[in-house]
Amino acid sequence: MLDETDRKIIQATQAGLPLTPQPYQAIAEQLGLTSEDVMMRLSAMQNSGIIRRIGAVPNHYKLGYRFNGMTVWNVPDEAIDELGQKVGQLEFVSHCYHRPRHLPEWPYNLFAMVHGKSQEEVDKQIQQIYDLLGDYNLGCDVLYSTKILKKTGFRTGDLPVAPTLNLSNY
Amino acid sequence: MLSPLHKQLLNDYQQNFPISATPYQDIADALGVTEADVLSAFSELNDNNFISRIGPVIPPNHIGVSALVAISVPESQLQAVADKISAYPEVNHNYEREHRFNLWFVVIASDAEHLSAVIDSIEQETSYKAMLLPMLDDFFIDLGFKLDLNND
Repeated sequence: MLDETDRKIIQATQAGLPLTPQPYQAIAEQLGLTSEDVMMRLSAMQNSGIIRRIGAVPNHYKLGYRFNGMTVWNVPDEAIDELGQKVGQLEFVSHCYHRPRHLPEWPYNLFAMVHGKSQEEVDKQIQQIYDLLGDYNLGCDVLYSTKILKKTGFRTGDLPVAPTLNLSNY
Repeated sequence: MLSPLHKQLLNDYQQNFPISATPYQDIADALGVTEADVLSAFSELNDNNFISRIGPVIPPNHIGVSALVAISVPESQLQAVADKISAYPEVNHNYEREHRFNLWFVVIASDAEHLSAVIDSIEQETSYKAMLLPMLDDFFIDLGFKLDLNND
């Protein structure tokens, strides 16, 4: 389980590790810890899966991936684990989630975000998911974002840690 | 313009950023460049917004509770409703999408009670019903996104 110090370390690193030769030392000084403690706790959180990875978080849009589609699929519940894992492994899929249906207006239970540099590329990706799901696909839709109304970076508040924890929510 | 070093950092260090006293030196050693090269290349990626940061990535719902939320709003009111929703500190992403459900955002709260309070408040303030789509399962093994940077 996370203790208060772990949470502080996560919060202190959500804006990014400092670009100085000893970034963990800098975080440690900020929190009144030793750099050994910071590194040990980060390793432990990574091993336990609380931290998924440590690294550069790319801005897809800025890197030329301007065409993003939220693909949504209605697949049988009993097959969703197997299908979700297959879709999640496609290299152009950045996120893949099982979410609840809201019948009758929302029949889709599998969400996959796709990213491409052109509409044509995204269309091909969607076709690939379509082919992969085959007869399990009981209906699908693609929602393109027309406008980013808010995309927040690091923010502090009364939350246990900053809300912007990852890329995995958009 | 992205240099070969920029591309290497982008593709090789979305994960496995070293946990060591001098991680940038470790990367420099692995790539056969100097620590100063690595630091300035990362600074350039940061300053030009090619990366949003270097740091730990936490899977959804490991800390706090989140839900994707969709609302169907008449086009004429979309901006006004979106502004009200974006004003909540718990709202993290807010996108207009081409669909009957045209407003999509993520709410991140400290716990389930906090989440439902935020949703209730948004519904009351906007007078539109929110469709809650919390994550039930995560199928994505996030090892970073493979970037094709050859044309840049």
